[in-house]
Amino acid sequence: MRGRVWRYGDHVNTDVIIPGRYLDDYDVRSMAKHALEDLDPRFAKDVAYGDVIVAGRNFGCGSSREQAPLALKHAGVGAVVAISFARIFFRNAVNVGLPVVEFDATGMFDGWDVALINLEKGVIVNETTGRTGRFEPLPDFLLDILRDGGLVPHTAKRLH
Amino acid sequence: MKNEYRGECDEGPMEAMTFAQKVLSRASGREAFPGEIVSAKIDLAMSHENAALVLRAFNEMGAKEVWDPERVVLLFDHRVPANTIKAAEGHQAVRAFVRTEGLPHFYDLREGICHQVLPEKGHVLPGMLIVGTDSHTTTYGALGALSTGIGATEMAAVWATGELWMKVPRTFRFHLTGRLDGPVVAKDVILHLIGMMGADGCDYRCVEFVGPVVDAMSISGRMTMCNMSMEMGAKAGVAFPDQRTRDYLKGRTAKEWGPVLSDPEAEVEKEIDLDLTGLAPQVAYPHSVDHVKPVEEMTGIPVDQAVIGSCTNGRAEDLLAAERVLHGRKVPDSVRLIVVPASREVYLWALESGVMASLVRSGAVVTNPGCGPCLGAHQGLLAPGERCIATTNRNFRGRMGSPESEVYLASPATVAASALKGQIADPREAIG
Repeated sequence: MRGRVWRYGDHVNTDVIIPGRYLDDYDVRSMAKHALEDLDPRFAKDVAYGDVIVAGRNFGCGSSREQAPLALKHAGVGAVVAISFARIFFRNAVNVGLPVVEFDATGMFDGWDVALINLEKGVIVNETTGRTGRFEPLPDFLLDILRDGGLVPHTAKRLH
Repeated sequence: MKNEYRGECDEGPMEAMTFAQKVLSRASGREAFPGEIVSAKIDLAMSHENAALVLRAFNEMGAKEVWDPERVVLLFDHRVPANTIKAAEGHQAVRAFVRTEGLPHFYDLREGICHQVLPEKGHVLPGMLIVGTDSHTTTYGALGALSTGIGATEMAAVWATGELWMKVPRTFRFHLTGRLDGPVVAKDVILHLIGMMGADGCDYRCVEFVGPVVDAMSISGRMTMCNMSMEMGAKAGVAFPDQRTRDYLKGRTAKEWGPVLSDPEAEVEKEIDLDLTGLAPQVAYPHSVDHVKPVEEMTGIPVDQAVIGSCTNGRAEDLLAAERVLHGRKVPDSVRLIVVPASREVYLWALESGVMASLVRSGAVVTNPGCGPCLGAHQGLLAPGERCIATTNRNFRGRMGSPESEVYLASPATVAASALKGQIADPREAIG
């Protein structure tokens, strides 16, 4: 996967990813319009399909709302690369089919650099600067869920 | 039936295990070691309004029926009564599902907050493995359960199969000694710990609270501690069962239970000894829960709103602590004091004991049991530039309304003292 990079800091929480005031609406497309709006009002307007978020520690801390990774995914985000993730966000992201990479890429990318990621091989490349990083790929059973597009299609496949 | 949640690993020549290992070993049917991923059988599965999302995923998976209706508890607390048409539609969909599936444990809008109602109604027992589609599901650790938050889609898989993959957590143990003075309570302790550890300081860990301070704490206080353990990243927080636990469960459950404890020789990743004697009331300032300072460094900051309630601090002893500060005095017109009892049981107690009447005389606006304004859905949102001090659990930007508002977190006594003064105030002075 390949996309432009959006750079954020530590502790990007689920309330800024998708504020509680929008959570009565279970339509993911309308939620995606508000993704990250309390942190970066430009994001939802300018994000393009496949863009990559590169962030610091504890990405997705806070509530268990699955709407957080859903809003990012439906806004177009192709992957989130962070030094560490809050555990529920990490699970939710895999379950809704949003690739997450636990890796410190903060020193490797500036905003608008282009990132190329291979999840299976554990390789991340900054196409703008040519720098390359390596990360531990996710366990196979999690990669399987991502390959199927999330836990719903993955489970449906197993049940039928 | 006896000791259903205890399993065999409390007997026999197994090697020493932590509490989290024991629960996950029983639930997965094999010896579980920290760092391993196991498929665990779930004892209790809780969802609130987001059951609507769970339901959607459940249907999309093509699942036919709930694996064990006795083990599923559903209720509404985040938006009660429904605050928008969309919220009402979500409620409607879940009610219909409850009827057609014949789910026996459903509490509609009248009972209160999930994390208060499940213990009150006797659903939570020591040693259980509990998951809930809410991050503060860690609260049930106060009764000695291993309990954690999960997402809606994976809850659909739990409904379908009764199982979930889980990483066996390593353990941090907080050994809390000394004595809490005056109005200093569990909330001040947990805010202090979060400030010390940081918002991700206990990531993925099971956090055990032990020592004389915890022994002396009520179940209500232990619930506050376990509830907010997740604000330092913990997968679960636990206080081990004792006589207080037995007293609490008596009359709430007819089931037999036995405590599940960490073995004394079990390997713990980190032991943190802390003497809390002299600890001051604590306040978390915007916009992160780990921005914590003693109240004296924060006094004088004007507030527009004060909120007492939530799954963190909406229980009887919390309302009582606030009433003791406010008793017979009036909150100035410039402050909106909002009180949200955590449950119907708490609400009735407050009415019958006279505590509620006293709070209302002091100027409180009382809303129905539920999450209230904590998550910024309704019942007291903040305008740009406004400031609120609350007994709730998060002060993230925009949490309680406008992204240009501010939320400070503190104990019920500190919030009450601040409401009286119209600015952040030290409850030790208010009580005098």
